Amino acid sequence: MQQYETVIILTPLLSVETAKEVVAKYTKLLTDGGAEIIQEDNWGLRKLAYPIQKKTTGYYHLTEFKAPGELINKLEVEYRRDERVLRFLTIALDKHAVAYNEKKRSGAFNQKKAKTEEVAK
Amino acid sequence: MANEQIQYVTAPKVEDNRKKYCRFKKNGIKYIDYKDANFLLKFVNEQGKLLPRRLTGTSLKFQRKVAQAVKRSRHIGLLPYVTDSLK
Repeated sequence: MQQYETVIILTPLLSVETAKEVVAKYTKLLTDGGAEIIQEDNWGLRKLAYPIQKKTTGYYHLTEFKAPGELINKLEVEYRRDERVLRFLTIALDKHAVAYNEKKRSGAFNQKKAKTEEVAK
Repeated sequence: MANEQIQYVTAPKVEDNRKKYCRFKKNGIKYIDYKDANFLLKFVNEQGKLLPRRLTGTSLKFQRKVAQAVKRSRHIGLLPYVTDSLK
């Protein structure tokens, strides 16, 4: 199975709970379709770099998963039908990306960041 | 001669020996994360346009990946498509 990563942006009009529910709905769709969730990351409400559908903020949610390829089409059709989803991006991860994400999860980058901050001081 | 000052017809060339290098090759970075907008800022100009390889020194292989990452980043609203004052 190929490894994928999907980012969705939900409208800021939702409450935090409903935003979570929407996300849960999509994770359920994934697991029902035979996907294996590797990691989820909720970025919360973020400012957009430019307005999308006249909204300047949005709830970001990232999901990393392993799934059979046909599932991606189903998922994206659902995203398109859902008015609460402002934007989405699904990409297939290559081996370098997988290694990078694993490293990121284990927290190897935080040390690096701390180092650069020290240099900046 | 009273005036001993040397005057050049053309301005003397100041040699800049700092050779440009590809930062990805040098640091062994193999994947460019489109979610890291702050890092991608190094490869766009003030208007949010991609900088040429000529200026950043990135190798062709990684320039293509940078371009891909910047485009993805724009799509999910982390970087602007057009702007005036990014930096």
